[in-house]
Parts: sequence; structure tokens; C-alpha cells
Amino acid sequence: MDDWRNGGFGLYLHWPFCQSKCPYCDFNSHVAATIDQHRWGRAYLSEIHRIGAETPGRVLNSVFFGGGTPSLMQPDLVAAILETVRATWPLANDLEVTLEANPGSVEAGRFRGFREAGVNRVSMGIQALNDADLKKLGRLHSVAEARAAFDVARTTFDRVSFDLIYARQDQSLADWRQELTEALTMAADHLSMYQLTIEDGTAFGDRFKRGKLRGLPPDDLSADMYVLTQDICAAAGLPAYEVSNHAQPGSESRHNLIYWRAGDYAGIGPGAHGRLTLNGDRWATEAPRSPGEWLAQVERDGNGEVPRARLDRQEQGLEYLMMALRLSEGLDLPRYRAISGADPDERKLRDLVEIGMIERAGNRLRATTDGRMVLNSVIADLAGD
Amino acid sequence: MPRMTQLDLIRNFSIVAHIDHGKSTLADRLIQLTGTVAERDMKAQILDSMDIERERGITIKANTVRIEYPAKDGRTYILNLIDTPGHVDFAYEVSRSMRAVEGSLLVVDASQGVEAQTLANVYQALDAGHDIVPVLNKIDLPAAEPERVKTQIEDVIGLDASDAVLISAKSGLGIPDVLEAIVTRLPPPKGDRTAPLKAMLVDSWYDAYLGVVVMIRVMDGVIRKGDRVKMMQTGAVYGIDRLAVLKPQMVDIEELGPGEIGVLTASIKQVRDTRVGDTITHEKKGCDAPLPGFKPAQPVVFCGLFPVDANDFESLREAIEKLALNDASFTYEMETSAALGFGFRCGFLGLLHLEVVRDRLEREYDLDLITTAPSVVYQIYMKDGTVQELHNPTDMPDLTYVDHIEEPRIRATIMVPDDYLGDVLKLCQDRRGIQLDLSYAGSRAMVVYDLPLNEVVFDFYDRLKSVTKGYASFDYQITGYREDFLVKMSILVNDEPVDALSMMVHRDRADMRGRAMVEKLKELIPRHMFKIPIQAAIGSRVIARETLSAMRKDVTAKCYGGDATRKRKLLDKQKAGKKKMRQFGKVEIPQQAFISALKMDN
Ligand SMILES: Nc1nc2c(ncn2[C@@H]2O[C@H](COP(=O)(O)OP(=O)(O)OP(=O)(O)O)[C@@H](O)[C@H]2O)c(=O)[nH]1
Ligand SMILES: C[S@@+](CC[C@H](N)C(=O)[O-])C[C@H]1O[C@@H](n2cnc3c(N)ncnc32)[C@H](O)[C@@H]1O
Ligand code: SF4
Ligand SMILES: [Mg+2]
Repeated sequence: MDDWRNGGFGLYLHWPFCQSKCPYCDFNSHVAATIDQHRWGRAYLSEIHRIGAETPGRVLNSVFFGGGTPSLMQPDLVAAILETVRATWPLANDLEVTLEANPGSVEAGRFRGFREAGVNRVSMGIQALNDADLKKLGRLHSVAEARAAFDVARTTFDRVSFDLIYARQDQSLADWRQELTEALTMAADHLSMYQLTIEDGTAFGDRFKRGKLRGLPPDDLSADMYVLTQDICAAAGLPAYEVSNHAQPGSESRHNLIYWRAGDYAGIGPGAHGRLTLNGDRWATEAPRSPGEWLAQVERDGNGEVPRARLDRQEQGLEYLMMALRLSEGLDLPRYRAISGADPDERKLRDLVEIGMIERAGNRLRATTDGRMVLNSVIADLAGD
Repeated sequence: MPRMTQLDLIRNFSIVAHIDHGKSTLADRLIQLTGTVAERDMKAQILDSMDIERERGITIKANTVRIEYPAKDGRTYILNLIDTPGHVDFAYEVSRSMRAVEGSLLVVDASQGVEAQTLANVYQALDAGHDIVPVLNKIDLPAAEPERVKTQIEDVIGLDASDAVLISAKSGLGIPDVLEAIVTRLPPPKGDRTAPLKAMLVDSWYDAYLGVVVMIRVMDGVIRKGDRVKMMQTGAVYGIDRLAVLKPQMVDIEELGPGEIGVLTASIKQVRDTRVGDTITHEKKGCDAPLPGFKPAQPVVFCGLFPVDANDFESLREAIEKLALNDASFTYEMETSAALGFGFRCGFLGLLHLEVVRDRLEREYDLDLITTAPSVVYQIYMKDGTVQELHNPTDMPDLTYVDHIEEPRIRATIMVPDDYLGDVLKLCQDRRGIQLDLSYAGSRAMVVYDLPLNEVVFDFYDRLKSVTKGYASFDYQITGYREDFLVKMSILVNDEPVDALSMMVHRDRADMRGRAMVEKLKELIPRHMFKIPIQAAIGSRVIARETLSAMRKDVTAKCYGGDATRKRKLLDKQKAGKKKMRQFGKVEIPQQAFISALKMDN
């Protein structure tokens, strides 16, 4: 009943504001004229106290400031939050404190402030290494600015990572090979590379529906790009440890591993999700997406959640399956059985092994590289009845 | 409502025309001008009340409405009008309706002129002994040529068109003249009020609130609420709960006398008890001889209908029974398929009819269905001298016992503007047609072809429409059977035969059909995690083959904490979507593929 311990315990804080909205982005991010950071600070602290009271004595492995653009937060606000966090939970020796940063929204002074507040890892959204593509992606920064910001981050923090979006409009395999090679010369010990996803309800999504978003790579090309990324990164000492994440062994993002290993995490802030195991029941928590609504609700009710949902064993099993198969380490079969109360369908497993999507090694089940490229189908197959 | 209507104050008529010539719009104007429906409740093609009719903009079911018209002679007449469908697949509705009335308004679009269905309708009306009033519609259109069309009616149909009424059903122009023509030029019904009751069961349908509703035309005698009546064919006896006329909603009435048309309800439990064409009389002192009844419709296209969810079989049975009540031209019997489980083999008058029935079953009864390849009825002559009717290619007997196979042929009449004649001839030739006649009426050609029905049921209309940009019209009758070199083509997906897709084809056309089929399936079957061979075969010989390559990319790039919930819900949705799929070995085929695979354009 304390299965979450296999994954650890983390805290996710969502900062929902950005300087502008990127056309591909369907994250809960908003552009606001004025933000009363003191008021927001009080709400975050109140929420930390509330969740803390439900999870006393738990050792905290990670804090993650995600967004939106958390690098727009005042370092003071980050400091106040982390102080409260330290007073609320016992901390793991190697506590990881990550903050997502946009290359445009930072300067050196602020980075130092974040470090002094307790942030020890930065993940920077660089997205592309050529100015034309940055512009197409609606980004406010240039490659030069991104490089400069990243240099500052490298000298300020112990651990730094950056994000790239590839499989962009009109990008060829050769273009990506070159950009990726360049990215690897910049990279420290962690790198996230996401294939551009066209999401409903975004500017790109609308353009796509109207047939106005041209030059997106066909599936075969994006598959080739994916394979290329795996090969080049592995050769450079940054193998994939998850579908889109690469790290030197030991430098993986501990926070994200909590999600993928089906640990517990508190989610605080507009639209934040959490998973909490309390008295043997596992709960899915969720907050209202609208920043104004969340803030008002926390101030009015002292609780920034919508009603929680209890996950039954089958749902928990499904989540573990979905998340764990994203990792190259894969899924632990005895643990899956303990969570869900059943084994995966043997006949389906055998079929998936036979067509090379899945491999079994002892108690572990792993998606192969081919399998990871079609993971949604693999999971749908395994989860289907 | 007057208790009794004098026969000479009644006029019963059907409105007939080629598709889209404006029958339903004319019915609107007649309803409107006589104040039958309040202005605020009026809408275009008000009688087309089914969702499919409104979506497709065509009439599928004949609809009856009773209107009252104060004529110029100072007397008020009761008019029962039946708006009929124009499409050839629903011709049975027209012929059935015509039996209930004495006259027809023959509507002809003055910008299009006489079309194939115009001709077919006139022959039917004459056959039913109708007086016919030609009405030239759409004279508001700049392209309208009423004089030319009048000549055409006289030349092609041989009907006097000098008194044709010129109207625009859209603008309302000429509608009073139509009403006067109905009263002065169409005959009143005949009948004897004192004779034993003799009423024709014209139509029936299932209403969720009222149960079975039966439409009748009284020939002799009087029927009253509370009467006990007998259906002469089925022998069923019922007490009448409710008697009404349609305006077009039901308005209760005490009695219906000779010449009148109305509906009754009678707590009818057995849907099978009401057969269109049956004669209704009183339980006691009934009439001696029933009416001749309707010629049963001859279904010409057959296909299997299966529930996507096998648990829905009983619901499908119930739905089919209820729907058949409302559509006498549709037949059904149980069928089992290795791939699809339990279902029904159903017969239709054509492909549109098939589509409409499937749509109605899905919507009105909330079912998800899989449709198998349409097939015509083949006569299989066995070596032992027996003959088998083959409705379903799956049942094709072993060839070693077969002597020869005969297939149905049709006589197709196509009217088309000169410019497209060449394309039409080519199309008919490609479909193994034999030209029988070619004549001209002005700038329109009329071609008559002898064609195998098998070549027509697939996509002939669609092709004809596309090669003539919609300017051709088409009508056909089955003429008989003829021997030809026919074979059964099977489709194999991932080496598993898909019985629902097997079909009978002419040997010379098999390669082409097979190739088209596997190419189409390659597009319709979603990529799987493995590659899938798709083959067409005659016996064990593969005649066409395609390979659907494996899916290479299907993964969510970014998946963080909150996505767990979203992805889980997405998976549940996918699972629901899978119900629309059928499993063949390891391959899932969406039901839409079955439907689309058969709509081939070459
Ligand atoms: N311009 C013009 N259009 C008309 C006139 N009468 C009907 N239409 C149009 O012709 C189209 C077909 O009209 P309907 O009344 O549905 O034709 P229908 O004969 O009932 O068709 P089916 O029931 O499908 O056989 C519609 O778009 C009408 O608006 C008319 O007098 N003038
Ligand atoms: C939560 S976002 C916010 C990070 C930060 N605000 C930024 O934009 O740099 C984290 C990462 O998700 C990736 N991402 C967002 N939308 C995406 C999309 N539609 N397709 C692929 N990757 C996307 C980007 O690489 C982005 O850096
Ligand atoms: S991609 Fe980042 S910066 Fe752009 S709108 Fe989304 S969260 Fe904000
Ligand atoms: Mg109509």
C-alpha cells in the first residue's frame, strides 16, 4: 500500500504566466498585464501548508517549478516558497530543485538569486538553434541570446539541461543532424528533445486544421529523425532514459523519474495535477486551470483543488504501465502485479515480443526503440480488452 | 370536422417527378396556401421530417397530408396529397402510394425537362389508371424553357401538355392554378358508403409513443373509432383506439368514409400483423373479397448487416422488424458470418436504399452496424440439375459441383445532354453493357442499355453523376437472367480471409476489381505495429496484392505528471473507438472500411 515509495515523493509548483503565448503550446500558460507576486506567494505557501499537513514526515526528493515561465518569478518569491518547503518536509540529502527558465526572461543577477534561494537545477527552453525556426515557433529570443543565457546558467547551477523541439516545419534529416550535433557541444549532462506536437486549441492546431500548416515531416521522416537522435545522443554519452529525455547515467531528472516511476507528487498551482497515496488509497488531485479562479479559491476556501478522484487498482496499474514503459529501464512486473492485482495479458505480450516492440528480461518489461516510437499503440494494445 | 364527406368533394392525388424537380416544395406551397399549417410553423420541405431526408435534401418516404381547399365554385374540397420520393431506389413508395389515389400531379423542372424518372412515373401513373396533370415547375429560373419542355412531354411521353400548369414552387407563382386544376381536372374517388368496410392498408410505422400507426384508404363502407376490424391477410383482429387524419400532424376524427385517407392506432403488439397492401374490414359483416394488394417489391441488392457489438443482436432484430414495418420494399433474414457473428442478410431496391436503411437503423435505434459487400442474386445451376439462388457470395458452392452461373440483367434508360453522351456510352461499355437503343429529344439523348445488375450496384450512379456532372438521369428494370463467366473473389488480410468482403465478379473484370480493392483497403486499414499483406484471390490464386507497411511513429513526445490523467482518459476513448473495429486475426479493420471499400472509383 506504500507502493509510491518505489518512485519517491516530489512537489510540483505551477507558475502559469509567460511573456507571450507560443503558437504550439497547450500548457496552462497565460499572458497577464500585472501579477501581484506577493498575493501569489501567500497562496502557494498556504497550499504547501495544506498538503504538508496531509503528508507529514515524508522525505521530499524533488521540487519542480514548472510553467508557464517560472523564471519570471521574483527570486524572493522562490526563496520564500523553498523556505516553507524546508520547514514542511524532511529533505532528501540529494534534494533536486529544478526551475524552468526561458532564455529571454533571465539575466545573470536573477539566476544568482534563484541559486541563493535553493534552486540547484535549471531546465532551459531553447527549442531551436537557428533564428529562422525560433521565429516560426514564435519564440521571443534569438540563438545568441539563448547561448548567452545558457552559459550563465552553466556557471551558476550544478546541473543544467535544455529543451529542443524538432520535427519542425520544413526540417530535413540533414538539418536536424547538424543542429543536434551542435546542441551536443553545448549540452552538459542532460538534454530533452521533443518532436513538435500539434495540439488542439493552439494557434498551430487551428492552422493545421485549416490546412495552413505546411511542411510538417511525414511519419516516416519523423521516425527517422527519432532514430537518428537516439543514435547520435547515445554515441555522445547521453543515451535516452525516456522517450524524449537523454542524460549521462546518474544525471537523470529525478523529478520526472518520480512521474514515470509512479511515485507520489503534490501538485500546487493552477491546473497542477498530483498523485497522493493516503491511508492506502491513491488519489488523483487536480487544480482549476484558470489562474484567477485558482487564486480566488485558495484565498476563499484555503484549498486550491477540484474534488479529488480515487484511483482504483486497474487505473493505477494502467498509469504505471503508461508511465514506466516510457523509461528505458521499463516496468517491474512484480510491482505491476502488486499495483493492479493482475498480470499483463500473456498472449498480447508474446505477440508484442514477437514483432519486436517489447523485450522481457527477468522481471522487467521494456519497450524496444521501435516499440518506444509507437508506444501509444503498444500501450493501447496491452491495456485493451 | 364534418362528419361525412361527399365523394365529389374529395380529391386524392400523388405528386410525382424526377428527383429534385420540386415535389416537396410544391407540397409546401399547397399546405401553406390552404392554411393547413400555421405560417410560423412552416419550414421548407415540411413533409420531409426524417433527419436523413433533411440532411440529404431528398424525400425517402411518401408522406400524406389532408388539406381543405375552398374552390372557385364556392365549395370546399378535401384534398389528400401524397408527396413521393423521386429517386429510383424508392420507386416502390411511389407505386404503393399511387394505389391509394386517383390522380397525379406530374411535376417537371422546366429548366431540366423530362428525365428518366419522369418517364418511369408516368408509366406507373397510367398503370394505376390515374388522370395526370402536368405541372411545369421552376419557371422562375432563367434557364427555364416551358415551351420546349411542353413539346418534349408531348414527344417523349405522349401526354397532352397544352394545359400544363406553369408554376414556381419556390416563389408561389401559379399555385392557385394548381389547386383549381386538382379540383377540376382530377376525378373524385368512387365508393359505396353502405357496403361492408373495405380499406387498403397503405402504410404503417412505429411511433415511440403511439406504437404501430396504420395508414388506410377507405374504398367502401365506413370505419369508426371503437370498431373491431380484421386484417384480411394476416387474420389479426383489433379494436380501433384512435382514428385521425394527417394535417400533417394527427388530428382525431370520428369516422372515415369512402375515398378518405387517414390513420388508425389499435394497440397493435405484433409488428408483423400489419402488412402494406392488406385489406382491412370489420370483424363481423366483413367484405367478401380483399383488394388485390400490392405487388411485392423485388429486392435486387443484398448485403449483410451486423451489429458492431455482438450483444446488440437482439436490439438489431427488433429495430429491423420495426423499420420493415415502415418500408415494405426491404427484406431480411438471419445470417451468420465467421468474421462478423450474427446478423441479417437484407435485400434492398438499390444502393441508396441500402445506405438509407443502414443510416436509419443506426440513428433511430441507436445501433452501430457493419455492412458487407452488396451483392445481387445469382442463379447457380448445379451439375445435378438443381438451381440455387445465391444472395451471399460466402455461400458460393464448391465449383466442382457447379455447371454454370447466371446473373440478373437490367434494361437501363439514361437521359443525358449530348455533350456527355460519349462518356456515358463508354461507362456502359466498360460495365459489360449492350446498347439497345439511342434516340434524341432535342439536345438530350436517350440511351437504352442492357447491363448486368452486378456492374450497376457498386458505384454506377456515382460514376454516372461524375462523368456527366450530374446532368444524366437513370432508370432501370430487371429484365432477366443470363449466363456469364462469374467467379468468387476473396479478400485476405494478413492471410486471413475476410468473408464479409468476398464478392462475385466477372472473370474479365476480376483483376481490375481485385487490384482496386486491395489498393483501397491499403488506404482504409490503419497502419498496425507490423506490416500487413492484403490480397485478392480467386480460389487459391492471388490476383492482386498490396502490403500495408508498419506504423512507425505513434508516441506522445512530452508526458509529464498531469498527462497521466489525460492519457488514461484518452485510452478509454480509444477503447470505445475500438468498438467500431473488427478483429481479423491480429488485424483490426474499422467498419467504415467495409463501407468505403465497396465504393470504388476506377
Ligand atoms: N428556383 C427554384 N427552385 C426550386 C423550385 N421548386 C423547388 N426548387 C428547389 O429545388 C430543390 C429540390 O426541391 P424538392 O422540393 O426537395 O424536390 P423533390 O422533387 O421533392 O425532390 P425528391 O423528393 O428528392 O425527389 C430544392 O433546392 C428547392 O428549393 C422553384 O420553383 N424554383
Ligand atoms: C512546460 S514547457 C515550458 C518551458 C518554458 N516555458 C519554455 O517555453 O521554454 C516545457 C517544454 O515542453 C516542450 N513543448 C511545449 N509544447 C510543445 C509541443 N507542442 N510540441 C513539442 N514540445 C513542446 C518545449 O520544449 C518546452 O520547453
Ligand atoms: S512554450 Fe513556454 S513560453 Fe511558450 S507559452 Fe508555453 S509555457 Fe509559455
Ligand atoms: Mg421531395
